[in-house]
Amino acid sequence: MSFLQGIAASSGIAIAKAYRLVEPDLSFEKKTVENAEAEVARFDAAIAQSKTELEAIRDNAKENLGADKAAIFEAHLLVLSDPELLSPIQDKVKSEKVNAEVALKETADMFITMFESMDNEYMRERAADIRDVTKRVLSHLLGVKIVNPSMISEEVIVVAEDLTPSDTAQLNRQFVKGFTTDIGGRTSHSAIMARSLEIPAVVGTKVATKDIQNGDLVIVDGLKGEVHINPTPELVEQYKKENEAFEAQKAEWAKLKNEKTYSQDGHHVELVANIGTPKDLEGVINNGGEGVGLYRTEFLYMGRDQLPTEEEQFESYKAVLEGLAGKPVVVRTLDIGGDKELPYLSLPKEMNPFLGFRAIRLCLEEKDMFRTQLRALLRASTYGNLKIMFPMIATLDEFRQAKAMLEEEKAKLISEGVAVSEDIEVGIMVEIPSTAVLADQFAKEVDFFSIGTNDLIQYTMAADRMNERVSYLYQPYSPSILRLVKMVIDAAHKEGKWTGMCGEMAGDETAIPLLLGLGLDEFSMSATSILKARAQIRHLSKSDMEKMAEQALQLPTTEEVVKIVKEAANLK
Amino acid sequence: MVEKQFKVIAETGIHARPATLLVQTASKFESEIQLEYKGKKVNLKSIMGVMSLGIGQGADISISAEGADEENALQSLAETMQKEGLTE
Repeated sequence: MSFLQGIAASSGIAIAKAYRLVEPDLSFEKKTVENAEAEVARFDAAIAQSKTELEAIRDNAKENLGADKAAIFEAHLLVLSDPELLSPIQDKVKSEKVNAEVALKETADMFITMFESMDNEYMRERAADIRDVTKRVLSHLLGVKIVNPSMISEEVIVVAEDLTPSDTAQLNRQFVKGFTTDIGGRTSHSAIMARSLEIPAVVGTKVATKDIQNGDLVIVDGLKGEVHINPTPELVEQYKKENEAFEAQKAEWAKLKNEKTYSQDGHHVELVANIGTPKDLEGVINNGGEGVGLYRTEFLYMGRDQLPTEEEQFESYKAVLEGLAGKPVVVRTLDIGGDKELPYLSLPKEMNPFLGFRAIRLCLEEKDMFRTQLRALLRASTYGNLKIMFPMIATLDEFRQAKAMLEEEKAKLISEGVAVSEDIEVGIMVEIPSTAVLADQFAKEVDFFSIGTNDLIQYTMAADRMNERVSYLYQPYSPSILRLVKMVIDAAHKEGKWTGMCGEMAGDETAIPLLLGLGLDEFSMSATSILKARAQIRHLSKSDMEKMAEQALQLPTTEEVVKIVKEAANLK
Repeated sequence: MVEKQFKVIAETGIHARPATLLVQTASKFESEIQLEYKGKKVNLKSIMGVMSLGIGQGADISISAEGADEENALQSLAETMQKEGLTE
């Protein structure tokens, strides 16, 4: 029995067998073969086994994940049948008397180099397909097992170094009970994913993949950030009880599902959810969300070969707007770049991607792509209560340009006879300090603000949120951050506009009393945090929190802020 | 040998799914089937060959088949091209 401390990324408790999602060792040595015919036969057998395996994966993906996810395996199967790939390998074994591993690797590398040097990004991506297929055949030649996450068919805890969007796309939600990773923090992709799937997760354990073997019994405690490996039966019992208590607590919160959110002294705020795809709507509704405060549209663009069409986007936006039946839906336009890449856009690597060509900066340049999204949004606007939000706005000029493009597309649609809603609010994310500081000027032109705290904190503190060594600077309760938040809220209110917050901070129990006191109007968080936040706010007095927040703004350090919040809000 | 010219009208050219379907269709036939674009000829039963041509919108391509079932092969490929919206 052993124990790992990580970061609690998604609440809940999961107990199941470990499933390691790690790269296997596929190294080999060059050998001379005596019997080339036998070596070719060994290669053909590995191809046949790889095909059988891929067919099973494809069928399973088709059934459980949808045809679009299965298409990639279809392409892999074709590569495995490609005469232009297979013949040169077989010839090489015969003529050079080398082992099949060498012939495969050298031939595949030639194709990979060829595809990588093409000037079309889509073609360059095909190199990855060949690499994947080569790995699979190599694993069969070497007798090493490679992981097929899409084939998981029993309850497991996934153990990985990190989980990428394509890994998570392949996971079957029914069987993945929890996960734990070596790297990452509360705001990394894996953590956000876990919360949207409502799966307990502990990230940033540093050594999970080293310490946990396949089949080990693992407890993931997503409340305390602990991972227990091969626990004693007593500990398992204890955790089962804790899990029951947690479920009971959730049942208690669930009673607030259809309630509006009022403070003890009757002040109303909106609790809304962050979502990534129309699939997340169920969670919003089940958790009593009063709308969607952040619809991250980038997931529509990720994990695919080309840009989504206007029609595809329209269908997704329409589904979300209709699903929420008139409740507000704040859609953030494409926020790509930084840690989120789109291979088919062929953007050059940057030294400082978070400070680089991303989000609105990219959209204002890639005008066709941006206009397609705006058209899809405008067309969907008649199906519900749509609000559009531009990310990473640093100057008023950027906002004006984006807004002008929106207005142009709107006029075009109307002249084409397409119905567009008349009252779409248009706002911005406030995540760059320059915008927070100038909020009074912005407030005259935007309809609303939504404060993106993950980035606002990173930019204000000049601390990369992916860098664990400076993670101590991620201080949401710092008086500097609170002052910026206050400037934004006050500026909006002065112009009769509203301010929301859609970073992690909005659902945090220590931040909520402060934000309520500072006058935040809308709190957007993971759907699973909503009921807990609603229960908390019902016990807080807005006027008391105002006094406390005023005091907090005058304190010198984060520690002192936290101390007065905990006292005022009765937190442990 | 039979041969037919096509103009690719699909916005994305011959990518991913259409390429997959063309190769799958070609592989069903005995005949040798070749795809020609800009003077470069590749085996239409090879996905990597087809992809390596990087055929985009507006490209003029030609498909030729030679063998016992050449007529059927070309017919079938022309249908696939049309069904996938690659050509008119």
